[in-house]
Amino acid sequence: MDFLSYILQQFINGLQLGAVYALIALGYTMVYGVLRLINFAHGDVFMFGAFTAYYLIAKWDVPIYLVFPITMAVTALLGFLIEKIAYKPLRSAPKIALLITAVGVSLFLEYFLSLESLFTPNYIGFPRPFEVTGYELPLFTVTNVQIIIFAVTALSLLLLYLLIYHTKYGRAMRALSHDREIASLMGIPVDGIISFTFIVGAALAGLGGILYGFAYPQINVFMGIMPGIKSFIAAVLGGIGIIHGAVLGGLIIGISEVFVSAFLSSTLRDGVIFFVLFLVLLLKPSGIFGKWIDKV
Amino acid sequence: MKALEVRGLKKSFGGVQAVDDLDFFVEEYGTLGIIGPNGAGKTTLFNLITGIYKPDAGRVTFFGRHLDRVPVHQLSHLGIARTFQNLRLFNSLTVLQNLTAPILGLEGYGLSSAVFRRRRYFDGERSAEEKARMLLEFFELSGKEELGANSLPYGEQRKLELARALSTSPRLLLIDEPGAGMNPREIRDLLKILRQVKEHFRLTIVVIEHQMGLIMNLSDRVLAMDFGEKIAEGTPSEIRKDRKVIEAYLGDELVTC
Amino acid sequence: MSFFTNAKRFLLCSIVVYFVLKGLFLSGLLTQYIQQIILFSFVAILTSLGLNVIYGYTGQFSLGHAGFYGIGAYTAAYLGAVFQVDNVFSFLPILALGGAAAGIVGYAVGVPILRLRDDFLAIATLGFGILVKVLLDNSDRAIEVLGGSRGFIGIPKIVNLEIAFFTMVFLILVTRNLIFSRYGLFWQCIKDDELASTAFGINTARMKLMAFTFGCFLAGIGGALYAYLYSFLHPSNFDFLRSIDFLIIVIVGGMGSITGTIYAGLLWVAVIEGLRIGLPAQALEFRWVLIPIFLVVVMMWKPFGLLARKESKFLGLGRDA
Repeated sequence: MDFLSYILQQFINGLQLGAVYALIALGYTMVYGVLRLINFAHGDVFMFGAFTAYYLIAKWDVPIYLVFPITMAVTALLGFLIEKIAYKPLRSAPKIALLITAVGVSLFLEYFLSLESLFTPNYIGFPRPFEVTGYELPLFTVTNVQIIIFAVTALSLLLLYLLIYHTKYGRAMRALSHDREIASLMGIPVDGIISFTFIVGAALAGLGGILYGFAYPQINVFMGIMPGIKSFIAAVLGGIGIIHGAVLGGLIIGISEVFVSAFLSSTLRDGVIFFVLFLVLLLKPSGIFGKWIDKV
Repeated sequence: MKALEVRGLKKSFGGVQAVDDLDFFVEEYGTLGIIGPNGAGKTTLFNLITGIYKPDAGRVTFFGRHLDRVPVHQLSHLGIARTFQNLRLFNSLTVLQNLTAPILGLEGYGLSSAVFRRRRYFDGERSAEEKARMLLEFFELSGKEELGANSLPYGEQRKLELARALSTSPRLLLIDEPGAGMNPREIRDLLKILRQVKEHFRLTIVVIEHQMGLIMNLSDRVLAMDFGEKIAEGTPSEIRKDRKVIEAYLGDELVTC
Repeated sequence: MSFFTNAKRFLLCSIVVYFVLKGLFLSGLLTQYIQQIILFSFVAILTSLGLNVIYGYTGQFSLGHAGFYGIGAYTAAYLGAVFQVDNVFSFLPILALGGAAAGIVGYAVGVPILRLRDDFLAIATLGFGILVKVLLDNSDRAIEVLGGSRGFIGIPKIVNLEIAFFTMVFLILVTRNLIFSRYGLFWQCIKDDELASTAFGINTARMKLMAFTFGCFLAGIGGALYAYLYSFLHPSNFDFLRSIDFLIIVIVGGMGSITGTIYAGLLWVAVIEGLRIGLPAQALEFRWVLIPIFLVVVMMWKPFGLLARKESKFLGLGRDA
């Protein structure tokens, strides 16, 4: 019984982490679907969300129900600006230039925020505006943080699903991801929809940042790097460009990571993720739900 | 001797039958023209022959040899060369290099000769260069060796594409819409060159073309395709009068011949 | 031998540069630190040249180059410890083995991943690079002396001006000979149009693998030199940021230009060190804020790099110098 409850506990913990990864992965997958670009700076948008929330809560005492929308708006704006300033001018440049630029933006965000005058490269404690309490269930314990994360993530996914499949913006995004040229010929405002995609993805990443701060209250300007890479791998695992793929991938990666940490060793945690990556790329690069099978 | 034989070839892409049960052959040293409206499956046919796509059914035989298991890069060794409809020149290379690359790909010196600059390296480079220059002369591109391939005017790029295909001394030449995007004067020049190629190089040719005048004046036999199927086959004059062909083209192009 | 006569000009320049450097080193005008930096720039040039072969010429996107650099460094350091290497003559085979190890791993990794499309290849190589770092961080669990996250200490400082400089010169020459042979030609064909390359008899899979393996070999040599130059290895020197360093050198110097890599390598090391020395302590942290901005600007202005595909006649690096 103990062993079972241990496993279930880890599973719940894994879902918590996986939910955050899923939120970040969605941004990667949507941007890749629309632009075929790996937005290296996305992990840093996540980080920016965590820091914005930190600032709002710790420095300005903003009530929690406002922290969410404000942070998401701020990160959405950041995502929008990154696209406009760094990616759009290079839209017709060779892929490599875009990738390098994305890396450059990522580094810039990290190091800019790490300046002593701003946030320092040190770890900062993230202030939870509430006490953590656990609810003991027969086999495992669930904390209120976890409940919040699950609820908020589920709600966001629902809204996103409605957006993508039941609005004209979502339809436009899907059209663009299929064939940009045809979509523009059919009157879809390509630039606007691309911006919109970045905005939505960035908002979700910002949300992930807040939730991450609640769950693991130590933030740091470089905190976006590993989750960013892992979330991208999650998106690839589920099928890059596919929304439900990103969600499933994020959950799988989160759960696997917690399990490896619990049963093997926490220092090998990061290494295992990459074995997953290689497996996916070698066996089925198009991912679990994928159909983007490309011939070279 | 049948240079190329296609039997029962089928290929579909997600429900669309691009090539459907195609049967034909080309005699050695003959010239087969393939015509058909856009989307008839002509370029797909070339891609199937050259192994870029794997057929769903049927087979392609080259001088009696089945091409199923042959990897694409072996084709030039076998003696098959092609041009591409949308021009696929090596744009960052010079005009000369576009020709020396395939020649050196066919055979050349080894790694140690390259690294240690042995005799074989110099001999190999020189002979490839000579061959390439002769080819450029034939196509009236002499003097442009060192220019970037993509700096040539469009018509000359097309000629370079053709020259590149000939650089490996192929036995079978597949030409994909050589006249695309050309005006009538350029077409006349192209026809002249293609006739010269026919005379000068002893090879079998299969040409895909839209421009009726080109096909009719170049080919010994013509194959007409539509919706992936063969709708007619015969001599140019027979095809010109064929009911189904006229229908498929709605008459417009035939009138301009 | 033709190997040398074919490169008269380049070798001449190299000899001249060597004597100038030797003079400077012996004169005492340059501090130990500066001397070490100069030697490091040779290491950087060599490693970046490897990346240029992989990416600049063949068009394969590799973001894990530092991983191979690290493999070379740690292999050479470990073998040196095992065989008690303490002088130049016993070092040279170790140097070669460091390069070989990186090359072999490069080959093994390349076989499965090189058929991936560019952005997926980028992620795969990125992942590999990070995997190497994770393994290095945990290396002391397997082999004590590797040091894990404490670092590998006690490597003898064997690399001097002669070793660093002439290894670099020799390998630049080998690379140049490859580039200006049919192999380099095939690599560029592949970069331009892989499909057309296949159609014209180039075994693209084999050529891509060759470029990748050779590039990783060069990185391994660079790493081995680094190990015996700085005497201390720490996994943090072989992370993604280091891969970015090499990529920056290749990009800024120009894809497909050996000369560009040389200039950019020197420039880059000079800039990094110059900023470290020149900037007042408070402004030091601005380095890594300015660098990405610079990077993005270069990408917008010249996406193929500053000296793409041009070689210096002066240095004798062109076709048949």
